[in-house]
Amino acid sequence: MASTTTSSSAAPTVPDAVIKQRVRQSVTTEDWLIRGLIVLAGLWLLVIIFLPLYSIIYRSLTDKAGNLIWFANYATYFQNPALYGSLYNSIFIATVSTIISVLIGFLFSYAVTRTAMVGKPIFRRIVMLPLYMPSLIHAIALIYLFGNQGFVTKGFFGYFRENWGFDPSFDIGLYGPIGIIIGEVLFCFPQAIIILIVALSLTDARLYEASTALRASRIRTFFTVTVPSIKYGLISAAFVCFTLAFTDFGIPKVVGGDFNVLATDIYKQVIGQQNFQMGATVSILLLVPTVIAFAVDRIVQRRQMSLVNARAVPLHPQPNPLLDGVMLLFCMIITLIVLAMLGTAIFASLVNVWPYDFTLTLKHYDFGRVGGGGFNAYWNSVRMSAYTAVFGTVILFFSAYLIEKGKQLQWTRSIIYFISILPVALPGMVIGLAYIFFFNQPSWDMAGLTIPNPFNVLYGTMTILVIANIVHYYTVPFLTATTALKQMDPEFESVSASMSVPFYKTFWRVTLPVCLPAVLEIAMYYFVSAMVTVSAVIFLYAPSLKLASVAVVNMDDAGDTAAAAAMSVFIIVTSIGVRVLYELVTWGITRQTQAWKKR
Amino acid sequence: MKTRLLHLLLVLVSLLLVACGQQQTAAPAANGPANSTPDTGNAAAPASTSGDDQSIVVYTALEDDQLERYLDVFKADHPEINVELVRDSTGIITAKLLAEKDNPQADVIWGLAATSLLVADGEGLLEPYAPEGLDRINPKFRDPNDPPTWVGIDAWMSAFCVNTIELNNNNLPMPESWADLVKPEYKGFIVMPNPNSSGTGFLSVSSFLQLMGEEKGWEYMDALHENIAQYTHSGSKPCKMAGAGEFPIGISFGYRGIIQKEDGEPIETVFPSEGSGWDLEANALVKKDTIKPSAKTFLDWAIGDDSMAQYAQSFAIVTAETDQPVPEGFPKDPLAQLIDNDFQWAAENREAILAEWLERYDSKSEPEE
Repeated sequence: MASTTTSSSAAPTVPDAVIKQRVRQSVTTEDWLIRGLIVLAGLWLLVIIFLPLYSIIYRSLTDKAGNLIWFANYATYFQNPALYGSLYNSIFIATVSTIISVLIGFLFSYAVTRTAMVGKPIFRRIVMLPLYMPSLIHAIALIYLFGNQGFVTKGFFGYFRENWGFDPSFDIGLYGPIGIIIGEVLFCFPQAIIILIVALSLTDARLYEASTALRASRIRTFFTVTVPSIKYGLISAAFVCFTLAFTDFGIPKVVGGDFNVLATDIYKQVIGQQNFQMGATVSILLLVPTVIAFAVDRIVQRRQMSLVNARAVPLHPQPNPLLDGVMLLFCMIITLIVLAMLGTAIFASLVNVWPYDFTLTLKHYDFGRVGGGGFNAYWNSVRMSAYTAVFGTVILFFSAYLIEKGKQLQWTRSIIYFISILPVALPGMVIGLAYIFFFNQPSWDMAGLTIPNPFNVLYGTMTILVIANIVHYYTVPFLTATTALKQMDPEFESVSASMSVPFYKTFWRVTLPVCLPAVLEIAMYYFVSAMVTVSAVIFLYAPSLKLASVAVVNMDDAGDTAAAAAMSVFIIVTSIGVRVLYELVTWGITRQTQAWKKR
Repeated sequence: MKTRLLHLLLVLVSLLLVACGQQQTAAPAANGPANSTPDTGNAAAPASTSGDDQSIVVYTALEDDQLERYLDVFKADHPEINVELVRDSTGIITAKLLAEKDNPQADVIWGLAATSLLVADGEGLLEPYAPEGLDRINPKFRDPNDPPTWVGIDAWMSAFCVNTIELNNNNLPMPESWADLVKPEYKGFIVMPNPNSSGTGFLSVSSFLQLMGEEKGWEYMDALHENIAQYTHSGSKPCKMAGAGEFPIGISFGYRGIIQKEDGEPIETVFPSEGSGWDLEANALVKKDTIKPSAKTFLDWAIGDDSMAQYAQSFAIVTAETDQPVPEGFPKDPLAQLIDNDFQWAAENREAILAEWLERYDSKSEPEE
């Protein structure tokens, strides 16, 4: 038993040397192929992430005229009296949001994977809805619920007072840190759930059987088996939540009031004052937590053990009335909050003049009346999201596989891993500008030579929008894929290799099918994120490629909040529709490929 | 095994090809008959249209709801020219324009704040051009150089939007002037744009300083700060918040409030009795290796009589004489409402003013309980 829990070193002892020898002899071409693919993945990330980012780093070291001034911008920024306030505020917001998001995310994921409560499939679908909503709708919903004229603040406009004689009105003081934290938690906890569900789904029931046989209490089992086994997932989720809350500017911009954070500082520099050098400087500061997280990850990763080894047996949660009941209540509260947000958004799109004329109307759904591109923009968004989902998922999962399972070029893989987790720390606005700087440059002058930019042709095309989306949302799916891959026993590979099965066959026959739920989740995540994205693509879309999510912002900008909400409802309904379609299509596939989970 | 490897490589290569090939498929697909905006045309993305003389890329910050009306007029006059429009808020368009500095995508800038055009000109992005009919333009509203780098089409001025229902609920009198806004009864009821984030915000701050003199101006803003509930990041946001009753008074600009009132919101737009700060929306030609004749045609059209008549339906002040009456809701004599605004002074002192503002009001930005 002991040997099965401690992964790779546990291979049968006798033929070890023989296997190694055979492996070395038979797979040299394969090694080269893996190396080639790793290098290819590295080059791809170099072009889509690192080089554009380099243009931002470089700008943070120059003055407005383009002269190299090294760290003078950083010095100026650190002399800015508002900085310490923003830095402190950002850390505070990110820390609190992370703790709440990961806690909710963990409890929820635990409930839908490890308890026998009813309605698990429905709960885990509803809870993803916040990701389907454009961030503007989050803000509108928050303001309509908790703002100075909000439903909650105004006690549902006297409805309860008149009918039941009590007044539930309650002012939470939305504008400021409270509003930001609520907004960030709603935005972050579904992302934590994506990672944690994958982590909790892949486990080995025999560990729990052993634990029960040893008469360990449930709580002891929880802390000695469950928590260690999902440690990597928990740390990834915490990292993602912290970084997202640390770098997001959409929510602080709308409900933050005068509560300054680093991300709004970038907005002030870039959009308010067109000071790209300062904006670049603050952007680089936003990367610091990610660099720290990378270091932490490298340390933790060494101790991660894989749980799904070749002999793994899937876990089937046993009923436990108390736990199931408590978890059911918890999940109901969370999904109720999510549905209230969605309901408010739909209501906002139907009401005549908020909050003075609650007559319902469908006039806001007539997009010909307002600017922004209407249905044409909507179809562009659908196409862009579909491309992003297909290409993003294929490329991402394969490169995650190479990093995790390719046993070649250790250093290159480390670098690729680091570049892969960088994007989460880049606000969309920074990605957008970096892409302009890099892709719009017709040529570079280096040491007297003019080198034409081969990627310049992509500027202003659909391709660059798709690439920008793949990059912008790279980290969460990457960590999901890595979490799934890490929990698979390396024995699969060594056994395949020892039997001279080429790695791509193992990938196709074993790795991919086992990880399929994670892969499909990634595709879905890419689709819904691309449907709602604004901050990066707003700088990149070509005149003939207007997007629905940008139209939402423009409609609101022109004062048409209700029309913006209406377009958002279209976006949300589309994402839900695609989700349903994908569930139907994959139902059969999933049943087949996940058959190993049945006992 | 060799064939398997080959297959794998083929798949990868074709993936790359498909990814690159999308740019070709993208443009035709965008030409569906359902286009509700007039700006989608037959041309592909701007990167590939440099040879097409009849297609121009126009960057604009004009309000989305006006554009279609204007472009219909242009289409009627010049059906041969295809206009590809990129519309966004002033800050985004200016940032995009400056970021594309080394390889400009736009041919023409149409209706962007003159202060932004001054920045773009400072970066050497604009080509001076005297459009046809320039002599009809009020000299106050164009670049004094000859030929001018930018030519104004309309002026917009600061104003505040007041929510009449919320004002009544709180038994407050209607504020009529900047001086009224610092009265203690309005404490916590006013929102204004942050000058560090928004051009409208900077316009308000610079107009206080120009209207009252620097010392009195800062004293005034100290007093105003006591009444401000929050500084927003967008210039139209204060008016929108006023319209939704979040905060009863929003310092913004005139056009915004008047439009919202038309939509049925309980908004009164007040042009303060001391006068309003103002800025122009102006046009300019982008400096490029090859400047298309159709870009110049567009600029000629954009200050022509037909277009001016169109602008005059939305703006109280357009830069050439039209026979249109001043739109409902604006002061009867809009020119008299304008303070003496020195763009050059504002541009030169911008950084110092913003730094001072930051020091005074932004570093102690904990929200008030």
